[in-house]
Amino acid sequence: MMLKTILGMVLYIVFAPFVGGLLAGLDRKITARMQGRIGPPILQPFYDVRKLINKDILLINNMQYLFAWCFVIFVVFTGALFYGGFNILLVFFVLTTAAMFFVLEATTTNSPYSVMGANREMIQMLSYEPMVLLTAVGFYVATAFTTGTGAGTFSVASIISESNIPNIVVLPGVFFGFAFILTIKFRKSPFDLSMSHHAHQEMVKGITTELSGGMMALIEVSHWYENVFLLGVVALFVLCNKWWSIPLAILVCAITYFVEILVDNTSARVKWENMFKHSWIITLIFGVVNIFILQMLS
Amino acid sequence: MAKLAKSPWLIHYDGSSCNGCDIEVLACLTPVYDVERFGVINTGDPKHADIFLITGGINSQNKAVVEQIYSQMPDPKVVCAVGICACNGGVFKDCYNIIGGVDKVLPVDVYVPGCAARPDAIIDGVIKAVGILEEKRKKKGGKH
Repeated sequence: MMLKTILGMVLYIVFAPFVGGLLAGLDRKITARMQGRIGPPILQPFYDVRKLINKDILLINNMQYLFAWCFVIFVVFTGALFYGGFNILLVFFVLTTAAMFFVLEATTTNSPYSVMGANREMIQMLSYEPMVLLTAVGFYVATAFTTGTGAGTFSVASIISESNIPNIVVLPGVFFGFAFILTIKFRKSPFDLSMSHHAHQEMVKGITTELSGGMMALIEVSHWYENVFLLGVVALFVLCNKWWSIPLAILVCAITYFVEILVDNTSARVKWENMFKHSWIITLIFGVVNIFILQMLS
Repeated sequence: MAKLAKSPWLIHYDGSSCNGCDIEVLACLTPVYDVERFGVINTGDPKHADIFLITGGINSQNKAVVEQIYSQMPDPKVVCAVGICACNGGVFKDCYNIIGGVDKVLPVDVYVPGCAARPDAIIDGVIKAVGILEEKRKKKGGKH
């Protein structure tokens, strides 16, 4: 058990940037193809990061440096806890802390675009946070069914090793809700309010406006870490103690990621009121009702 | 190995021009020319940019703007003047408000002539600028 935990954490810390970078490269390639372009090479995100490391860093103040590093450390810590098989509630709380540090970093710069980006990031957090918490609750309620013991668990390791069937079977609503807020977390259109990856910039570069050189590279890499962690949560919906759940989980992750790219390319950015309203409505209808029905059945 | 060459990010500023070159710069991003296949991103943030692409001449009003954008870009950086107006003022050269080409206020590294500069010429200029960017990095002694 101890060995598995350490192995999971080390594998995540070492390989997540490579997987995340490749995913980002694939994302840009698929996006380009959807727009009828050839697109950059798959390894482009790595070239970008290498370039950024070789550029000067223009710091606004030292707090920016501190908070950006805190963001990176907490994001990596979030994923490490998750892949180490710890309590999923703890994982989500650490993720929120990381997001808060990112907001603080942008706020300390006192630049209008950066601060506006930070404000929007907070609205984004307000929009996705209920669903993230409900996902943890959903796993607790669902494992009471899927393990057959009648007792739920928050532990990621136990969710995988004790479930006899994939949890998505009893959590379709929660999965849909989580996939919906993933659009916000992946910073995809229509919910890329605080910062956009594309050339059609929103508020210059929103929350990352004041980051330059190596600092920007660091933030890019931590976004890769974050994306790999989020896809891990998607996989958790499918993983159980059967061998066939592993290829199935990879397939579900691939489909989810592709759908996110498709949504990104086919929708325009919405106002924050719209994002807030829709994410909470989806959370209520799909997340709460799903968990409520499960509670009634138990 | 070239550390900057594969990912040149542009910031584009349109000075005192007829907007012809401006449109051609944006044409580079379209599926026909798809400049992103070289890793080029048209960013709006000077702090993320490596190449400062200027179209149109410099007048007394945009002089300060151009200088400010340039000062906000982290080193190493290059300036690319696109179109004849950016090179030396073009047809507007003798106007009372025109100071001249971009080189009157900033050290220009690459001149892309043309009226309007064609997208292929602009891409060519960017590729040249990338080479100069790499030289500047080496002169600085690699990493800072």
